[in-house]
Amino acid sequence: MSAVIDHDHAHGHHDHHGGYGGIMRWITTTNHKDIGTLYLWFSFLMFGVGGIMAVVIRAELFSPGLQFVNPDFFNQLTTMHGLIMIFGAIMPAFVGFANWQIPMMIGAPDMAFARLNNWSFWLLPFAATLLALSFLMPGGAPGVGWTMYAPLTVQMGMGMDFTIFAVHLLGMSSILGAINIITTILNLRAPGMTLLRMPLFVWTWLITAYLLLAVMPVLAGAVTMTLTDRHFGTTFFNAAGGGDPVLYQHIFWFFGHPEVYVVALPAFGVISQVIPAFSRKPLFGYASMVYATSAIAILSFIVWAHHMYTTGIPVSGQLFFMYATILIAVPTGVKVFNWVATMWKGSLSFETPMLFALGFLFMFTLGGFTGLVLALVPVDIQLQDTYYVVAHFHYVMVAGALFAAFAGIYFWLPKWTGKMYDETLGKIHFWLTLVFLNMIFFVQHFLGLAGMPRRIPDYPLMFETWNKISSLGAFGMGLAQLLFLYIVVKCIRSGAPAPQKPWEGADSLEWTHLPTPVPYHSFETPPVLH
Amino acid sequence: MTQNASTHGRQQHYSVPQPAPWPIMGSAALLLMAIGGVFVMNGTRAGWASIGAGFLLLVYMMVRWFGDVIRESEGGKYGGWEDLSFRWGMSWFIFSEVMFFGAFFAALFWARVYSVPDLGSIESNALMWPGFAPRWPSAGPAFEEQFTPMAAWGIPAINTLLLLSSGVTVTLAHWALKENDRRQLVLFLALTVALGVLFIGLQAYEYGHAIRELNLKLSTGIYGSTFYMLTGFHGFHVTCGAIMLTVILVRCIRGHFTPDHHFGFEGVAWYWHFVDVVWLGLFIFVYWL
Repeated sequence: MSAVIDHDHAHGHHDHHGGYGGIMRWITTTNHKDIGTLYLWFSFLMFGVGGIMAVVIRAELFSPGLQFVNPDFFNQLTTMHGLIMIFGAIMPAFVGFANWQIPMMIGAPDMAFARLNNWSFWLLPFAATLLALSFLMPGGAPGVGWTMYAPLTVQMGMGMDFTIFAVHLLGMSSILGAINIITTILNLRAPGMTLLRMPLFVWTWLITAYLLLAVMPVLAGAVTMTLTDRHFGTTFFNAAGGGDPVLYQHIFWFFGHPEVYVVALPAFGVISQVIPAFSRKPLFGYASMVYATSAIAILSFIVWAHHMYTTGIPVSGQLFFMYATILIAVPTGVKVFNWVATMWKGSLSFETPMLFALGFLFMFTLGGFTGLVLALVPVDIQLQDTYYVVAHFHYVMVAGALFAAFAGIYFWLPKWTGKMYDETLGKIHFWLTLVFLNMIFFVQHFLGLAGMPRRIPDYPLMFETWNKISSLGAFGMGLAQLLFLYIVVKCIRSGAPAPQKPWEGADSLEWTHLPTPVPYHSFETPPVLH
Repeated sequence: MTQNASTHGRQQHYSVPQPAPWPIMGSAALLLMAIGGVFVMNGTRAGWASIGAGFLLLVYMMVRWFGDVIRESEGGKYGGWEDLSFRWGMSWFIFSEVMFFGAFFAALFWARVYSVPDLGSIESNALMWPGFAPRWPSAGPAFEEQFTPMAAWGIPAINTLLLLSSGVTVTLAHWALKENDRRQLVLFLALTVALGVLFIGLQAYEYGHAIRELNLKLSTGIYGSTFYMLTGFHGFHVTCGAIMLTVILVRCIRGHFTPDHHFGFEGVAWYWHFVDVVWLGLFIFVYWL
């Protein structure tokens, strides 16, 4: 067959990379697999940077009093840790999965807009550069928290402006990526790959892309108004001029709550591929999974003010947002039920991806329950801005999204590299991560319930024991991720050759229709599906 | 893969472009502009050099990247399958732009419905701002100068007429293209560009009038903030739209597009209708009510 994939020299199935070699291959590439790889390595790099910040934060909190950093720098670290982990590590990781997997799972030759896809990635390192530059400016990086609330943002130095422009670039990247993913899924499916035959990972990304399209521009609007308030005399968030700082919070959380599901839905998608594969059963309740994912996405737009119970909103507003938030537990419960039901009477085996998926299932559910606790207005008024909140969202972001990302990496690494990772080391990585993660965050529930506030570098003596345990957990967690890096590098360099379908129960197109390792161009003509 | 999808009566090969240096060039341009912008805003005039360099690089990148796309399109690389991708892509891009405007409209409605009335409430009068009477337009309780709000039924009404007419002319141009009447196509497209440029000119005149005679500035409290942010952001979009239309006009004059293959034209027309509809929202909520 002759492909019209449009490269300079040869056509067809060989592993050539177009007109450029060396570093220029990665800079100019339009191949979804190359771009997926770039996303994943970038995300791991940012995971390291954000992780080092977390370790410094925990080192400071190891003992009461001030040891290593001054309070201002501590605030800068918590702010940048949040921004980098969300926009630099977790989101790019799942976009990396989307790039690698969506075209292969739906039988497409590549992403719909391959050059644009390159830009979506290459905006990220430049945005990260802007964030890094902010540390070097007079006054340092912004210490306002990742939520960038007005009026604090008006008081910051030049670092704030760098962060604002970085958010603009990150938003552009997400919007262009979302357009690409939606178009790919809607227009590039192979004949016979109807919407309701798509793997659930593809479904979750379709819905996530819509969330991104709807909320990233709103975030851009919010930080743009912050910028003009800082430098051009506008008073959007200044009551003296008729504006309102609370307005910032509304606009930000209209972005911010769906953003939680931008991170969580692709994680659900990965878990929905991994659990059936290792249960050797099809996913239980496929259609209800699709509906539940959509319901979560729609509900996510009408719950934002549960982040603002203590900001000053009417009781009627608090009640509305409380009930709407609790409603999200219903579709989320459907999902958890379906995952468990998929395993019911399945022929289970516990390789590393499955271990991470099960870790996800237990701990994400725990994070969901503490979310329900925080959704209750009277409880939240006690707990807001304490370590209980920190524990809650880290169970969602780390035990949820990060565990799903690990599950996905171990699951697909053999397909991508053509080699198996070291199963024993993988299991060790899982258990270390699981234990240290709970050491860090489980105890933070107690700290929060006892009243320890977040974003403060010092604390009373009574909190010392739990903080020491949490900090030790953080150091261990950091070291455990070096093991992960070693496992991945070892797999790429010297792993044993992987078969086409290393996981017995896996059934999507990349396993059934493509060799291992996958060729550089897959599905140049659509596969025939029955 | 000896079989393929020919039995489904669909195009078999999707055109995947070759590697290109343009995206990273665009990122570098935006980085230069961002760094320059930060320095200029914080009082370092040297930042202008960085903004200028970044802007030139951005323009160069767009000329080259879009040039590649135009060559590929005219070279017959894009069939119906790629065309459908472009349609999805443009639609969802416009949707994201709607959400961007949504953030600024939200600020306007919030100020009018919540924050200004709240600042004039009994508690607020007693505790913070004695004597502040909540009415719209308002520049907030601490604003001490006098200003005149922008009236709807002068230039803004004329501008509404201009933009709505340009929506008609661009549609007439589209009909002419589909009939392969190139003379009418160029005529109506040129008329559309002219109406757009006239709109921008009148908008600029109106800004000058507002600043000099009405004492209405970006810093005129929440009214000035929302007025200039919404109309300015819209004006920026009209400017981009007018440049896009001009490119399409030049392409039409050079004989690009056929009656059944002209998404470049349609995409820009969609964009133009989008700025048109946003303007109607602006006219109603910013100027009129």
